[in-house]
Amino acid sequence: MSEYAIEMRNITKTFPGVVANDMVTLQVKHQEIHALLGENGAGKSTLMSILFGSYSADSGSILLDGKPRDIKNPNVATSLGIGMVHQHFKLVQNYTVAENIVLGMEPTKGGMLDMKSARARVAKLSDQYALKVDPDALVEDITVGQQQRVEILKTLYRNANIIIFDEPTAVLTPQEVDELMDILKKLRSEGKTIVLITHKLKEIKEVADRCTVLRRGRCIGTVIVKDVSEQDLAEMMVGRAVKFEIEKPEQQVGKVMLSLQNLQVTDQSGIVRVKDLSLDVHEGEIVGIAGVDGNGQSELLGSIIGLLPLSGGAILLDGKSMGNLSIRERIQAGLGYIPEDRKKFGVVGEFSIAENTALKNYYLSPYRKRFGVLDFDAMKNEAENLIKQFDIRSAEGAQTNTGSLSGGNQQKVIVAREISLSPKVLVVAQPTRGLDVGAIEYIRKRIIAERGKGRAILLISFELDEIMNLCDRIATLSKGSIVAVNKQNEVTEYEIGLMMAGSKKEAVR
Amino acid sequence: MSMLWGMLPSILMIVAPILITAIGGMICEKAGVVNIALEGLMAIGACTAASAHVLMESAGMNPNLSLFLALALGFVVGGLFSLVHAVAAINLNADQTISGTGINLLANGVTIFASQILFSADRTREFRMGMQTDALGIYPTAYIAIAVVLFSWFLLYKIPFGVHLRACGEHPGAAESVGINVKKMRYFAVIASGVLAGLAGGCVVLTQTIQYTSNTINGRGFIALAAVSFGRWRPLGVTGAAFLFGAAQAFAIIANNFPALRVLPSEVFNILPYVVTLAALVLFSGKNYAPSAAGKAYEKGAS
Amino acid sequence: MKLTRQKLIQSDGAVSVLVVVLGFLVGTILVALVGKNPLNMYKALFQALSGYNIDNGRMNIRYIAETLNYSVPFILCGLSMGFAKRVGLFNIGGEGQYIMGLTIAQAIALLGPQVPVLHWLLAILGAIVIGSLWGGVVGILKAKYEVSEVVSTIMLNYVALYLSRIICLQLPGATTYKTANFPETALIGNTFFQKITNNSLLNNGIFMMVIAVLVYWFIMEKTSLGYGMRATGFNKEAARASGIPVVKSISISMAISGAFAGLAGGIVALGSFKYGRVLSGMDNYGFDGIAVALVGNCTALGTTLAGFLFGLLKNSQALMQGKQIPKEITFIIQGLIVIFIALRSALKLYQEYLDKKQLQKEVGIK
Repeated sequence: MSEYAIEMRNITKTFPGVVANDMVTLQVKHQEIHALLGENGAGKSTLMSILFGSYSADSGSILLDGKPRDIKNPNVATSLGIGMVHQHFKLVQNYTVAENIVLGMEPTKGGMLDMKSARARVAKLSDQYALKVDPDALVEDITVGQQQRVEILKTLYRNANIIIFDEPTAVLTPQEVDELMDILKKLRSEGKTIVLITHKLKEIKEVADRCTVLRRGRCIGTVIVKDVSEQDLAEMMVGRAVKFEIEKPEQQVGKVMLSLQNLQVTDQSGIVRVKDLSLDVHEGEIVGIAGVDGNGQSELLGSIIGLLPLSGGAILLDGKSMGNLSIRERIQAGLGYIPEDRKKFGVVGEFSIAENTALKNYYLSPYRKRFGVLDFDAMKNEAENLIKQFDIRSAEGAQTNTGSLSGGNQQKVIVAREISLSPKVLVVAQPTRGLDVGAIEYIRKRIIAERGKGRAILLISFELDEIMNLCDRIATLSKGSIVAVNKQNEVTEYEIGLMMAGSKKEAVR
Repeated sequence: MSMLWGMLPSILMIVAPILITAIGGMICEKAGVVNIALEGLMAIGACTAASAHVLMESAGMNPNLSLFLALALGFVVGGLFSLVHAVAAINLNADQTISGTGINLLANGVTIFASQILFSADRTREFRMGMQTDALGIYPTAYIAIAVVLFSWFLLYKIPFGVHLRACGEHPGAAESVGINVKKMRYFAVIASGVLAGLAGGCVVLTQTIQYTSNTINGRGFIALAAVSFGRWRPLGVTGAAFLFGAAQAFAIIANNFPALRVLPSEVFNILPYVVTLAALVLFSGKNYAPSAAGKAYEKGAS
Repeated sequence: MKLTRQKLIQSDGAVSVLVVVLGFLVGTILVALVGKNPLNMYKALFQALSGYNIDNGRMNIRYIAETLNYSVPFILCGLSMGFAKRVGLFNIGGEGQYIMGLTIAQAIALLGPQVPVLHWLLAILGAIVIGSLWGGVVGILKAKYEVSEVVSTIMLNYVALYLSRIICLQLPGATTYKTANFPETALIGNTFFQKITNNSLLNNGIFMMVIAVLVYWFIMEKTSLGYGMRATGFNKEAARASGIPVVKSISISMAISGAFAGLAGGIVALGSFKYGRVLSGMDNYGFDGIAVALVGNCTALGTTLAGFLFGLLKNSQALMQGKQIPKEITFIIQGLIVIFIALRSALKLYQEYLDKKQLQKEVGIK
């Protein structure tokens, strides 16, 4: 048996406009948990997609247990014993757990589907690896943690010996993360080789044996995890010393700017997603909402912005009731919004930066002249102004097509636009998702700066360390209600994790 | 009441082609491709069947054999033309609505062009004998339609192939990741909708009229499309929807038997099926039931 | 070399030209395949464009005028489709909106006050208004009830056809296919045009069309209304989240879209005919407008040029028929052009492929 279970030698892969992997070499030993660390866009997912056969490398070679292999597609990878637990689950929502696990390899009797034996096999696997699932539940009805277990069972059903985990903890509560860490250790003890793609240094320290670091498509090096610190790993990942803590000056808090009172919001199918939610945000403070995705954050956001109607309760901005106001009226009343999905809600990709700058107030002067005619020059000037102020990197200045900007620069356009409108309340959702460390630092600094100007800021994020870092007070959301509100310096991540899962702690208002 | 019962064969005659086309459209959308060219494909099937039949008839062939071959040809040619949509939508990631509209326009021209070349007129030559009804007064097309419905139910829900096909329409990424060839599946689905629409077009012309003109299909393809949506993309629902819309169309014939209704101009009854379809869509807009990935081009490697 | 190719691929104008050329090419091959002489097709087209008959060397300026006259409804129906497409809607109900415009224009022509200028003005305005209502309904159904505009517009097309028959059969002097003659005051003919173009049907409708084109361009590119519509068309969710009234934008744009098509119907009714028609089938301008808009890429200038091309095709039909070429070849060419519009996305794929090859070269892969 060769020393290495997996050897990827000098892998190069290009996409239109970018070199995703540049002569990367990766060596993974048998029965180890090997972490693959790098920022967003470093090339980790691409490398593993090549291993799994979703992409083919432009050049380089792959050896499994010492034997060179040509992994043309996921089928071949599966037959070679490689399985992948994707970051965005590849599950058919309206199929059951069992149907998803056996998809593509359904047992048949006389040509017809034999779901009975499918269910039996799933139950057996589930017991063997202590991965509890209900084979008959619809995937759209189970929790994210359970869905992940279905993804894992998919690989085990196909007799995977090598399992790749792509950013598995992004969607889990701290407790579920602990459970996953245990699952990884158990899989290792059952003889599996595990590759863990992640950018979470804490998890690497907790469970990985060795770690390979990628930066901008290149391999920086491989280290033994217990010999390095989180700081070392961070520096390898980014290429320079990284400051973890943001400086947050002491701040005097003003009056209540945003008041959510007994909110109730139902989603489009009539299910109540936000129940009796009350929260106040004062001038000059950042209030964070911590919680696992799917506990009512989108509906809460939607109701504040105006995308969803309230089915109960009230929203007051600076004392004025907003429940009946249109989205435009709320914006005019002083509501700013940095959305979690910038491509979907934040910018119009086909518009130039200038046109996107004016997205919320194009119909007012100075942009709107007589008879509804628009002053595009005024838009251009304002955009150039913001480009300079916020250091937005663009190929052609204000005329640049916004869709061609990098994620970080698109986010800067949105942040610049919202801040330039001087909102009284700024609602921020997942502001640093998918951004590189430089952009993340910049955006967070800007949010703190707005806090300094006296804005009331509501921050919704799934990254607990972002919440702990930036917020003055933290409200924990679980199943559509606020479990507790605590001052940031009076609560730990662990306690918040417990509350996310539903247990209570003394609320401090 | 017995009068209405006596109307059943007429209703079946009108419902059958709509239902066959709708099932084809349903299979196509279940795999993730929206096919609005059903109208044009029906036209092509109808023109092909009418032309083939009249030519074989005048050559002295046994009428039953001729009818069967004519339908089979409509089936095949419908499938061939649907390949255009398949290539555009699946390989070239084209806008599926544009590609479908193009085929409708093309069919409009090709059918009459062919008639001009073959018969030197803007319509096919009248054939002497179309399909005959059986002892119950029901055309064989009704039985074909029932068979198609049963076959589609079996295909989609009872064998692994159907599970894979439906996965392509819900989450092609998931399907691809377990080794299902999404492109091949979608090709099958588009061609299925093409052959069924072609067959249905042949059914229309061989049971309801004596030749193909540019007015023969008259929106049936779009009514079938509406039936898919109204029937919530399930065989039973689509059958019910097709029955509703077909009955509305048959009403024009039925109305003749009620003296009270005879005073209304015939156009009022012509409008009925379209108004009913529109009302049904408004009242029961079932957008949430559509296959999640229908209408979107699938790019390999994209999550 | 690569830079030029990239620029061409990204230029929508070049792609449109390519698509048209390809459509004609395939049409030519088809004509040859069925044993006819494709040269006759081009001779007919040339004559329709320039008035010059190659075979007998005679010149008749009427052809040029008729080509222009036919262009008018094509351009207007193209504007109709294009305006809706810019907001993200696929309005294939131009045919129905056209029919309603035509019908109301005929009705007002026969029943309205016979006051000079006011009469035809009212009829034209009526056509515009009914067209916008017919289109606006679709917009509201889409915006509020998520009813697919693809199906609802087709349904309304047929409703319009039969409704038109019901109405027109009630008009004065109606037979099974026509009504009484229009009073002079309702017509939009232009005697000056008639004189200089050897009695063609070219009429004042052409001025209305030019105004319509300018209105289209102005609203879309210069006004805040157009800005909101374009944003909605590109990214409905971002537009909504930014406060743009999306439901209103969609409804208004469908109404304006319908207005263009309704105007086309009114112009054809009062400019090309001296009496009302009881329609037995569709004129097809509405459907062809789809192709016009797609080829013209939904811009004002592009649509005008594309509409002119289609007018040319239509005017050459009778000439082609006279040379034994079935006029349906023009429909086939139109259908092919729309299908080839799919080339646009295929070209994008091709460009990505080229970019990737270039990048690989730079990084040093074999």
